[in-house]
Amino acid sequence: MRSTWAEQALAVARKDLLLEGRSRVNLNAMLFFAVMILLVFSFALGPDRTHLRAAAGGLLWLAFLFSGLLAFGRAYQLETENNAFEGLLLIARHRSAIYAGKVLAVVAVMLGLEIIIVPLMAVLYNLDIWTALPAAFAVAVLGTLGFAAIGALYGALTMSLRAREVMLPILLLPITVPVILGAVRATTIVLTGATGRLDLWLELLVAFDVIFLTAGVLTFEYAVGQ
Amino acid sequence: MGRIVDVQGVGKIYGRSAALRGVTLTVDEGEVLALLGPNGSGKTTLLKILAGAIGPTVGRGTVLGGSLRDRREGVALLAAESYLYDDLTARENLSFAATMAGERLAAHQITAALDRVGLAGQAGTRVRSFSSGMRRRLSLARVALLRPRLLLLDEPYNSLDEEAVALVDDLIISVAARGGVMLATHDAEHARTIADTVVSLDRGVVVRREVLRAQHVG
Repeated sequence: MRSTWAEQALAVARKDLLLEGRSRVNLNAMLFFAVMILLVFSFALGPDRTHLRAAAGGLLWLAFLFSGLLAFGRAYQLETENNAFEGLLLIARHRSAIYAGKVLAVVAVMLGLEIIIVPLMAVLYNLDIWTALPAAFAVAVLGTLGFAAIGALYGALTMSLRAREVMLPILLLPITVPVILGAVRATTIVLTGATGRLDLWLELLVAFDVIFLTAGVLTFEYAVGQ
Repeated sequence: MGRIVDVQGVGKIYGRSAALRGVTLTVDEGEVLALLGPNGSGKTTLLKILAGAIGPTVGRGTVLGGSLRDRREGVALLAAESYLYDDLTARENLSFAATMAGERLAAHQITAALDRVGLAGQAGTRVRSFSSGMRRRLSLARVALLRPRLLLLDEPYNSLDEEAVALVDDLIISVAARGGVMLATHDAEHARTIADTVVSLDRGVVVRREVLRAQHVG
C-alpha cells in the first residue's frame, strides 16, 4: 500500500509535535516569551482599561509573532540532529508534504500557545472578551496559518545559514506584514468592538493564506533542493 | 544486464578545494562495487552525489536511468550520519521513514524489520539511549525498508559487531540481486570478500580499478 501526500504531511506534523512534546524546549520558551511581552506592556500602559483595550490586538499579535519566530527556528532545528533533514529529503516521495507538515505542526503549537495567552491577557488587562472568543479564535487561526505558511518556507531556506537566528526574522517579518496587519486589525475589531470592516480584514487574511500556502507548496522542493 | 550507475568526469569543488576530480565509473546490475581510499579521498562526496544529496560541480551521468541532477527514486544511502530522530523510538523512526518514502506499513512489518536487525526488544525505546552500534543497526533497518535498487553504503561496518556485519553483507547481497551496491570503506580486506569490483580513490581521483569476480546475479 502506498502512503498519500496527506498522510506524509500528517506524518511530518505528528513527528514534529512528538519531538516538541517530548523535549518541551520550545513550548516553554514560547510561553515565557509571550507572557513577558504581555506583562511588560501591561506595566508600560498602566491600569487604564481604555488604553489596554485599544492596544490589546497589537500586543497579542506581538506576543504571537515573536513566539512564532522561535517555533519556526525550532521546527528546522529538530532536523539538524544526525543530519536528519538530508535523510528526510532523500527518502521523501513528495517534498512538498514536508512543508505542509511543518506548517501544520507550527500552527498547532502556536494555536496551543494562543489558547493559553488570550485568556491570560483578558485577566491581566481586565478585558471582558469572553463573548468574542469564537470570532477571535477564527481570526487567530487565519492569522497563524498565513504566518506559519511563510515562516515554514523561510525556516527551511535559512536552516543551513550560519546566522540563521538573525536571518530568519530579517527575511520573514517584512513579508508577513500584510498578514500581521490584517490579523491585528481584525483582532482589535473582534475584541474591542472598534469600528471597521471585519469582513474585509478576514478576506485579506484568507487571500494571503491561500497565496502563501500555494507559494510554499510550489516552491519548497526548489528551495530545499538548492 | 542493465547499467545502474554510469558517471563520467564527475567533480565537486568546495570553495577552493576539489573533493572529486573527474571521476568516471559504472555499476552494472548485480554488481557490488567497493570504494577504497584514505580519509578525504572523496568517497563520501561521490556517494552523496549519487544519492542526490548534493549536486556535482562538473560531470554528467545517469543513476537508475535518471540524470545526476534529477530527483531519484530507488536509491538508498546509509550515510555516516544516522538520519535518525533521537527523541523518537526505534519503531517511530522506521514508521516515519516508511511513510515518507511512500510506503504504508503495518505494525507487524515494522516489528519484523526491527527483528531482522535484532532490535525488536527495543522497538519502544527512544534512539537517544541507543549505543552507536544499535543506531547503526536501526539505520540499516531504515535503509532496508526503502527496498532500494541502488544501495549506497558509507563505512557500513563502523561500530558493528560480527553479527551486524553479517546483516550488512546479507543486505548487500539481497540488493545486488535486484540492482547494484556501492560501499565506501576503509576495511579493504572485508570489502574484497563481498565486492565484485574495487575502485581506489585518492585525493578525488580514481587511481585503480580491480575486477575481482563475476557479479553475484546476472
